[in-house]
Amino acid sequence: TSSVRRNGPKFTQLIVGARSVSVDLNNDASLLIDIPDALCERDKVKFTVHTKTTLSSFQKPDFSVPRQHEDFIWLHDALVETEDYAGLIIPPAPPKPDFESPREKMHKLGEGEATMTKEEYTKMKQELEAEYLAVFKKTVQVHEVFLQRLSSHPILSKDRNFQIFLEYDQDLSVRRKNAKETFGSFFKNMVKSADEVIISGIKEVDDFFEQEKTFLLDYSSKIKDSTARAEKMTRSHKNVADDYIHISATLNSLSVDDNTALKKYTNVEGRVASDEELKLTELLRYYMLDIQAAKDLLYRRARALADYENSNKALDKARLKSKDITQAEEHQQQCLQKFDKLSESGKRELTSFKGRRVVAFRKNLIEMAELEIKHAKNNMALLQGCIELLKSN
Amino acid sequence: MAASSRRNPPPLPGAENQDPLSEMAGEDSDEGEDIFVGNSNPVAEAFQPDTANGEEPADLFSEAETSTAVNSSITTSKSNGVHSDNENDLFAEVSVELSMENPSTTAKSSGAEFTPSLTLSATQPESMEQLEEEKDEDSFDMEVAVTNPEKIGDGMNAYMAYKVSTRTTLPMFRNRTFSVWRRFSDFLGLYEKLSVKHSLNGCIIPPPPEKSVVGMTKVKVGKDDSSSADFVERRRAALERYLQRVVCHPSLLQDPDVREFLERDELPRAVGTHTLSGAGFLKMINRASDAVSKMTIKISDSDAWFDNKLQEVESEELQLRKLHAVVDSLVNHRKELCGNTAVFAKSMAMLGNSEDNTALSRALSQLAEVEDKMETLHQEQAASDFFILAELLADYIRLLGAVRGCFEQRMKTWQRWQEAQSTLQKKREVEAKLLWANKPDKLQQAKEEITEWEGKVTQYERDFDRISVTVRKEFLRFEKQKSKDFKSQIVKYLESLLQSQQRHVKFWEAFLPEAKAIA
Repeated sequence: TSSVRRNGPKFTQLIVGARSVSVDLNNDASLLIDIPDALCERDKVKFTVHTKTTLSSFQKPDFSVPRQHEDFIWLHDALVETEDYAGLIIPPAPPKPDFESPREKMHKLGEGEATMTKEEYTKMKQELEAEYLAVFKKTVQVHEVFLQRLSSHPILSKDRNFQIFLEYDQDLSVRRKNAKETFGSFFKNMVKSADEVIISGIKEVDDFFEQEKTFLLDYSSKIKDSTARAEKMTRSHKNVADDYIHISATLNSLSVDDNTALKKYTNVEGRVASDEELKLTELLRYYMLDIQAAKDLLYRRARALADYENSNKALDKARLKSKDITQAEEHQQQCLQKFDKLSESGKRELTSFKGRRVVAFRKNLIEMAELEIKHAKNNMALLQGCIELLKSN
Repeated sequence: MAASSRRNPPPLPGAENQDPLSEMAGEDSDEGEDIFVGNSNPVAEAFQPDTANGEEPADLFSEAETSTAVNSSITTSKSNGVHSDNENDLFAEVSVELSMENPSTTAKSSGAEFTPSLTLSATQPESMEQLEEEKDEDSFDMEVAVTNPEKIGDGMNAYMAYKVSTRTTLPMFRNRTFSVWRRFSDFLGLYEKLSVKHSLNGCIIPPPPEKSVVGMTKVKVGKDDSSSADFVERRRAALERYLQRVVCHPSLLQDPDVREFLERDELPRAVGTHTLSGAGFLKMINRASDAVSKMTIKISDSDAWFDNKLQEVESEELQLRKLHAVVDSLVNHRKELCGNTAVFAKSMAMLGNSEDNTALSRALSQLAEVEDKMETLHQEQAASDFFILAELLADYIRLLGAVRGCFEQRMKTWQRWQEAQSTLQKKREVEAKLLWANKPDKLQQAKEEITEWEGKVTQYERDFDRISVTVRKEFLRFEKQKSKDFKSQIVKYLESLLQSQQRHVKFWEAFLPEAKAIA
């Protein structure tokens, strides 16, 4: 199937099984997107984005383009900065591919090669390659889901930049962030921390938004915490699995012939750790980002409200001074419209977001529980077999 | 096994031997004052299993002895080696299989047959098979246990007392079942005595567990936390394994010191153990031979077997140390996993509280509970990792050290023989010179010396042959025991893993409907 080599393994027909973070998004036959292929070159990943469409807005019905992670970020930022989409939850940008952990471990393994037996080394190397592969799968998945979120959104799927992203068969880097935009996002990030203050400071008239605000602020911090803890837990689990590898390797050289059980058990323990990782941690991590996107929506609405309130004040002032009244009136009207539009669309988005979240959690938790049961039963069968073997000897 | 502090000495079994306790020799750095001194009126608790009125002793074997009329007379030991094992039998977990090459305990065993029986309920079927495999070996009923650690005294003078219980059909013991109280220094003292007597014969003397000033201090100071409890339990288990190995050894079992240790109500305080731990004593014995051994690499070609085995032992010891380090790491990582899982469970509970969808909120809370249960599983597993695997390895690292000592002892014996031979040679040369110089007086003396040394040479050669036989026998016995030990411990470990996985399945199966109920 697939093996990881240092310079440029290619994963053709990579089957990314765990698409459970979001519900099945690739349903609408009019625009189907997937990432069937990815190339890893010195930790830089090149994704093959494949589109199948019946829409006439596209030049061809079936085509593929190569894209890098930075291209996805460009697309995301472009959407965020589009005024028209202020009332929408923009799907969170996929995180940067992070091969740090397996890379570091691979380095350590190379250094310690002399001190371990050939078998132990091979085993560890295999495990690391599996870890590498898991990181790889994960990053392909989150990039794919990002695109699929867009394609399944009634408004965002029609976005011009999105189309360019899917279709443009040359290097996108020309269109990507120039210096100004980079600065823009820098300030954007700085301002983000003021989010909480602005959102919580707003005097809310709408019950729905009042509730959402309270909920999202609280939930956001809790899920951030849970994500961090889940990551720590699955890391510990991986450590335990690694120890088992060392144990079984050492047992080998001891000519104590009871190590097959522990060896097999290692594989299972290791796999449980990475499955837990894929399911639970990814779920939490994804929704942590998604919640942030929802909060961004609230922020924008709060800003719009603030603008509206300011425009009211300006109108009053203008009336007082009898100067530029029409202008002020117009401005005020615009602000009100914008705010209303945001509120209306925001309510829709947040409601569907809620539903989406519940469904995703359900799917994920079920799959995780089923996996845990399956693995535990496998372990049991394995252990029982080995115990019987030992006892009968 | 909580350490409880007591002011009075524990009830001593029986009032038979009231040996006045001998001198309290000096302060043991970490064992403190012996409270047994001056308190020779034990609280009479019916520990004697052979009271005429059939009063049931409140001891470990009571359940097994309910119906049998226990006979206190040694000489009429019937061949009822098979004791019915109830589930509550303390020894259900003990897997000590004993074997003797010749049932040559004492003459007064008067034809009593030792029924090959193994009263190990947990492992009985397998043991029977093993038994059939062993030819020319009888096994007999001998079980020891170390239990009920109790803290005697307070503060820095406190110490732990352990109950040592024996159950046996061997005629050399006064009773069938009996218990005594011993402290750690007593165990060390036993090792010391056995070493002095037997290591010169090439016996592999099982080493006792290590001393630990840090561990003991915590206990004394009364730190009533899990680390003290762990330490005490670890020590108790180690002492038990140590004793089991001692009584498992056919020659050592014959040693009166062993008998005394098991039977005698009050032992004279072991002297000088504050300077000697098990390893320390071993080092002392071997220090002398070390320097000389290094010069003598090979004895002779015919002894290639010994050289090979010694090499095997050395490389195995290295591997075990390595393995032990990894298992240690496993224990630590699992404890970490434990902690992280607990923290994660809490955060899940918080998230569940925060969640506004009712069904999902409930499911998240359930998930938090499952993860809590996982934490317990991990904790128990860590204990298994440690007590089954890590301690097994630690024991065998020490044992291999003892085996090496054995081989070195043989080296020493060989050297002594060689040296005697060269001395004899010199004496002969002297005699030849005197013969030539014609000095009859001195010649006479020279001849006497030659005779003396000829005798020594013969003696030392015989010693060497004998020790070679013993070492070989001991080593083979050791290997067999080791392989049995490892197998049984690994099975035990796998079974603990199995149990853990079973509960794993149970917990997640209970959670699954909750997840499905989300709407």
